[in-house]
Amino acid sequence: MTRDEAFLQFLLRMGDNTLILGHRVSEWCGHSPVLEEDIALANTALDLIGQTQFWLGLAGEVQGDGKSADDIAFLRDVWDFRNLLLVEVPNGDFGRTLMRQFLFDAWHSIQLGHLMKSSDERVAAIAEKASKEVAYHLERSADTVVGLGDGTEESHRRMQESLDYLWPYVGEMFQSDEVDAEMVAAGIAPDPASLRDDYDALITRILADATLTIPDSRFGHKGGRTGKMHTEHLGHLLTQMQWLQRAYPGSNW
Amino acid sequence: MYAQMVKSEAAQDDPEKLAAFQARIDAGEKIEPKDWMPAAYRKTLIRQIGQHAHSEIVGQLPEGNWITRAPTLERKAILLAKVQDEAGHGLYLYCAAETLGVSRDEMTEMLLDGRMKYSSIFNYPTLNWSDIGAVGWLVDGAAIINQVPLQRTSFGPYSRAMIRVCKEESFHARQGFDAIRKMAEGTPEQKKMAQDSVNRLWFPALMMFGPSDKESVHSEQSMAWKIKMNTNDELRQKFVDQTVPQIEFLGLDLPDPGIKWNEERGHYDYTDPDWSEFFDVIKGNGPCNVDRLAARNKAWDDGAWVRDGLMAHAQKKRAAKTAAE
Repeated sequence: MTRDEAFLQFLLRMGDNTLILGHRVSEWCGHSPVLEEDIALANTALDLIGQTQFWLGLAGEVQGDGKSADDIAFLRDVWDFRNLLLVEVPNGDFGRTLMRQFLFDAWHSIQLGHLMKSSDERVAAIAEKASKEVAYHLERSADTVVGLGDGTEESHRRMQESLDYLWPYVGEMFQSDEVDAEMVAAGIAPDPASLRDDYDALITRILADATLTIPDSRFGHKGGRTGKMHTEHLGHLLTQMQWLQRAYPGSNW
Repeated sequence: MYAQMVKSEAAQDDPEKLAAFQARIDAGEKIEPKDWMPAAYRKTLIRQIGQHAHSEIVGQLPEGNWITRAPTLERKAILLAKVQDEAGHGLYLYCAAETLGVSRDEMTEMLLDGRMKYSSIFNYPTLNWSDIGAVGWLVDGAAIINQVPLQRTSFGPYSRAMIRVCKEESFHARQGFDAIRKMAEGTPEQKKMAQDSVNRLWFPALMMFGPSDKESVHSEQSMAWKIKMNTNDELRQKFVDQTVPQIEFLGLDLPDPGIKWNEERGHYDYTDPDWSEFFDVIKGNGPCNVDRLAARNKAWDDGAWVRDGLMAHAQKKRAAKTAAE
């Protein structure tokens, strides 16, 4: 694998995470429990889609065959996607959506903190901009997880169930492969495995405040960030997201 | 226009107080929440602002219908930003209504059980991508025509809310026009979608201004109090005059064969919408009434545990803080 090939994979991993999670969050539009949450969810989705434009735009540049961020987002199939499985699982109830957001935001904020020091200036610049947005995402998702975890009996039960369901998808964030080795060697991105301690410290603190119990297992599903085996859910998401581009190819929108 | 058919109340207060109140309004003063106001003024405003707020909330649904299918990342971002703005408008309109002594929860309940209305336009479906452009251009365009004069309305909080809302709405209208222009100038299929949107949404957009002046019997008191600034037909004519040249600019066919420039009047003539359809929609028989209200009720019911949970947590925190002091 050449450095450029690895770099492209890395950029797709970043951009596909924000694209797919942004899509999932946007599914809530008009259906959330309270007006302030409608605004916050739309705002989060908007930030994530904005970040996607940067990551996939750069991926197109690195690929060098004239593909735009839109071409990459709308004209690839399931096996081409490099997002974590965590972000493609269905929203479930509001609790699961916010727990997923928290588990992702915690990783995302730590990852972006490292990327701000990337040897690649373009990566550092995107990370710098995104990190401000993600600091807010994390603050909000952590507050909500604490509020609902330590709320009523029902909200506590639902949040624990959400954590139990999502926990097996956490480990994938810290699995390193040859792409990561290449990125570490180039000083572009950190080794995923090296983020685990900071991550565990952060989520242990918040989940303790939320009176929730972290499952006693380190098992992690994998296959999203390598593209080897996504969940069944991603294909359905793409049929909706890509429909216009697929049905009316070559149109300007 | 997001408030239609708002029934105004007849004033039944002390004539001297009423006259003094009217004099303030005639002098162009703003009425603020703590000022004395006739009970009927308060009641009519709650209805009107509440209906406007509800329209912003229900209006998320037809637009949200296309967020997950937006054809490019930029269009998706623009639509998300727009829907977020609408929810924000709902929020500060509810706040404006709350200054009149009604809570957001009470208003929400009245929306959910059908006692309060929202604009008829949101009971029509968004069926193709071009509808998203048409909603921004025609629906927000119609709303602006109604809301620009309301910036001068007599009730301070409502007037200030309208000033902010109008700024954002005119941005939406321009973005909507840009989106439908792309469609009208696009492939034959895209142009077909644009034409379909204009044909389908034209009359519902005209209905947004409410029934014809001949049938609108509640206006006089509201106009004297500067809650309503223009008649329905005045605003509708303004909308037609502004929009017909835009449809021609897009190269689309006019959606009504009755549209003709009338030299003598200095306005376009047009065909009235089918008012029996309008009254059907108001009564709950529009194409989407049942689904829209069901969606809002489901969101509210499904979210009860979230609101209860967050409230319980806030109370625990307050109790802990009090205990520590």
